[in-house]
Amino acid sequence: MGTTGTPTNITQGSRTSGGIGESTLRPDGTLKVTGEFAYSSDMWHEDMLWGHILRSPVAHAEIVSIDTSEALAQPGVYAVMTYDDLPTDVRNYGLEIQDTPVLANGRVRHHGEPVAIVAADHPETARRAAAKIKVEYRELPIVTDEATATAPDAPVLHPGRTDHHAPHAPHPNIVHRQPIVRGDVEEARGRADVIVEGEYVFGMQDQAFLGPESGLAVPAEDGGVDLYIATQWLHADLRQIAPVLGLPEDKVRMTLAGVGGAFGGREDLSMQIHACLLALRTGKPVKIVYNRFESFFGHVHRHPAKLYYEHGATRDGKLTHVKCRIVLDGGAYASSSPAVVGNAASLGAGPYVIDDVDIEVIALYTNNPPCGAMRGFGAVQACFAYEAQMDKLAAKLGMDPVEFRQLNAMEQGSVMPTGQRVDSPAPVAELLRRVKAMPLPPERQWETTEGADVRQLPGGLSNTTHGEGVVRGVGYAVGIKNVGFSEGFDDYSTARVRMEVVGGEPVAVVHTAMAEVGQGGVTVHAQIARTELGVTQVTIQPADTQVGSAGSTSASRQTYVTGGAVKYACELVREKVLEIGRRKFGSYHPAWATAELLLEGGKVVTDGGEALADLTDLLEDEVVEVEEVWRHRPTEPFDLRTGQGNGHVQYSFAAHRAVVEVDTELGLVKVIELACAQDVGKALNPLSVVGQIQGGTTQGLGMAVMEEILVDPRTAKVRNPSFTDYLIPTILDTPTIPVDVLELADEHAPYGLRGVGEAPTLSSTPAVLAAIRAATGLELARTPVRPEHLTGMA
Amino acid sequence: MRVTFRVNGRRQEADDVWEGESLLYVLRERLGLPGSKNACEQGECGSCTVRLDGVPVCACLVAAGQVEGRDVVTVEGLADYAKQRSAGGGCATAACGTSGPGTSLDAARQWESRPTDSATGEGTATSPRATLSPIQQAFIDAGAVQCGFCTPGLLVAADEMLERNPNPSDADIREALSGNLCRCTGYEKILDAVRLAAARQSEGV
Repeated sequence: MGTTGTPTNITQGSRTSGGIGESTLRPDGTLKVTGEFAYSSDMWHEDMLWGHILRSPVAHAEIVSIDTSEALAQPGVYAVMTYDDLPTDVRNYGLEIQDTPVLANGRVRHHGEPVAIVAADHPETARRAAAKIKVEYRELPIVTDEATATAPDAPVLHPGRTDHHAPHAPHPNIVHRQPIVRGDVEEARGRADVIVEGEYVFGMQDQAFLGPESGLAVPAEDGGVDLYIATQWLHADLRQIAPVLGLPEDKVRMTLAGVGGAFGGREDLSMQIHACLLALRTGKPVKIVYNRFESFFGHVHRHPAKLYYEHGATRDGKLTHVKCRIVLDGGAYASSSPAVVGNAASLGAGPYVIDDVDIEVIALYTNNPPCGAMRGFGAVQACFAYEAQMDKLAAKLGMDPVEFRQLNAMEQGSVMPTGQRVDSPAPVAELLRRVKAMPLPPERQWETTEGADVRQLPGGLSNTTHGEGVVRGVGYAVGIKNVGFSEGFDDYSTARVRMEVVGGEPVAVVHTAMAEVGQGGVTVHAQIARTELGVTQVTIQPADTQVGSAGSTSASRQTYVTGGAVKYACELVREKVLEIGRRKFGSYHPAWATAELLLEGGKVVTDGGEALADLTDLLEDEVVEVEEVWRHRPTEPFDLRTGQGNGHVQYSFAAHRAVVEVDTELGLVKVIELACAQDVGKALNPLSVVGQIQGGTTQGLGMAVMEEILVDPRTAKVRNPSFTDYLIPTILDTPTIPVDVLELADEHAPYGLRGVGEAPTLSSTPAVLAAIRAATGLELARTPVRPEHLTGMA
Repeated sequence: MRVTFRVNGRRQEADDVWEGESLLYVLRERLGLPGSKNACEQGECGSCTVRLDGVPVCACLVAAGQVEGRDVVTVEGLADYAKQRSAGGGCATAACGTSGPGTSLDAARQWESRPTDSATGEGTATSPRATLSPIQQAFIDAGAVQCGFCTPGLLVAADEMLERNPNPSDADIREALSGNLCRCTGYEKILDAVRLAAARQSEGV
């Protein structure tokens, strides 16, 4: 049909085999190093058009009028659409609360909100036509923080809310509020010998995945549309897209195109509906590719937060209580704010045993950019603050910060502030011990033999110091993250597994809708199929909506849940294969009836190692296929008043030690080393696990010293939507990251595994902050730290 | 306008090019070579790094008209470029400035990337894949690829560095790759990959 870049099967076998526990190489690795791997922005169709989105230049305004006539008259322009052109009455979407307009309906609530869309025969034509759309805005007062959003005369951003959080939200500009109350904080405060308080500020972080939002929508002859897209959850997209188009879900056929990273930023829709609308309107394939500027407006960010903490401890170092209030800025639309609130609240006390807890977390509606999912999801902001508190307490008690944490560390059997008992390993003290035990990098390396290599000093190639004014600090932090979707969500996945003989060899074919976003799910699925089915060759089919939902590639859940589904489907396939074997060969050997049988090395073998049959002989031309749903243990919602409930299915833990060198004169920080220890339950692919930990660690480092979306508080406009002004760590900013992987099995999880992706992002940031504080003696209650904070100029 | 230049050793013509188009756009959208990536289109991320007459550049910052009559190497041609270099004494084209003795201009110009074939990611016994360049193989082996969007640009940049500096220190690697952003890996395995490629190169494996 003239489309290039459509995903194909990936077969992996002879050269890169390996079951679980082995560092099998990525099946898509060769495609990715040769440039052949087709990402969503690589899709191409012979007569495709280019879509472009006109976005609001202001943060809050009434739209008085829109005139599209001049844009539509431009040569090469095929369609211009606004709110009035939407085909059905379903004109909003949203992950949980459908409060986000597909195109602005008479009002814009944040800078960069989509107002109109254009299709043209060249991207520049589309861009220029969009610039000719005349929109008259009448600006409205903005709300940008808790004080302005909840003031008596505050404009209500979403009047007439009917979502299920609205009844208990204390103000219509508060999306959701979750208290966690346990024990008696007032009484416990009386037992405390020391009390520390702190107010912390966490800036707005961007996922900054490198592959921009993009995709291709191809109108089909049946009136439907085929959409090739980069996303984290195909079926959640589908559920939001189809009603807006007025199509049944089976006429919106979605296929996962190559995804250039995600980190939470692709949980919400971006250009999906816009591309489909233009394709259906024009009858032509439509490609939309954001540039980096637009990408900063095209996805939600990590919630910036203000965090207030009070901790108490006895003289001998036992925590008495925690009182905490966290205000998350959700921006103009809800996105996943309610779930982020639930995480921040339930994990707000950190990985510590504290019997008396009073936590309140809210997320606001404001005119700032919408915020939602990013790696660590609410647990990150809390960890930054409670770990700063731990250091303050240790200092006040005159204790070693690591020993103080170890003294209060939770372990298996500990009770969370939600009342949930932690029923699998929680090696918090051990992880701290391990990072502390790693050898420290040598000090003052610039004073050694050949003098300074400026590349290893703060300021680097700018050659700003040869060691003068440079001081070192070491800091520690540990964090707790939940794995999987929580609070009673039906968090299932689906896998279809087929076994057949191809070219004289048994092959397993795995088909799921799991979004491979770089994490290596496809690698792990092939490993699971090999382990369970005893084959070498595994074919991974492209992820699409022709198979049941795999749930989201987020919450560190895919290896657990879709991995669990693949394992389960493989087990059912194995049973069917053995059934065929018993039917064909059962009479030849008693072991078919009596022994435990496995599939190994292309054969059916007994648990004693005796081979009974080749799979090729057993299957001949039979095809065994199973599609099944698998779910983890159910969770419960948190009580709305007390926050009590078994809300999470699994917890994961990581600890960091940061070593930094700070040029105190210029306020420049060089992170020398960032060591991590993490419990992963079982490393299905050790190479990928370490890669996840190092990547997550680096995103935490970025949050500590450079990454922040700056929003002008007077206008709520984004000031730095580019990689020139929003900085992410380069290879020069990133230190050596030694990783110590602990494998303490969680008996409830497939293979004992524990979700890996997010935990390292939590403790990385506070460890770096602690190290900078140790080096400089400064309090540093906000992250990221900028030079002016270190030189007393802020 | 029409732009005529060589890409991966092969003469290419792009017609109806708007003057404002970048080399990146022409490669990706007009010549069917989307391997060079569009991560920022503002010269900050290095994902679109290609060799222009041997020099690594961000293709997004090169106006299409600037490449008229010149030589471009993209990730799609990297394997054959590296192969040609090792056969030709250190330089695949005469233009890279470090050509070894005995490589004539004509010989260097003979170089041409083969068409790509397999989409399976792995060769079979009957249809072996084109051999990867040492740096490409090292990226796979070291686990330096996650989402892979930064990979093409990093490969071109790292390959160029190894051409100049076959035995780089870690600081050299970091400096040479500091214009290439990666958001997934934390760079550790990218360093591993470059060290691996350098070691294999020096040991002739």
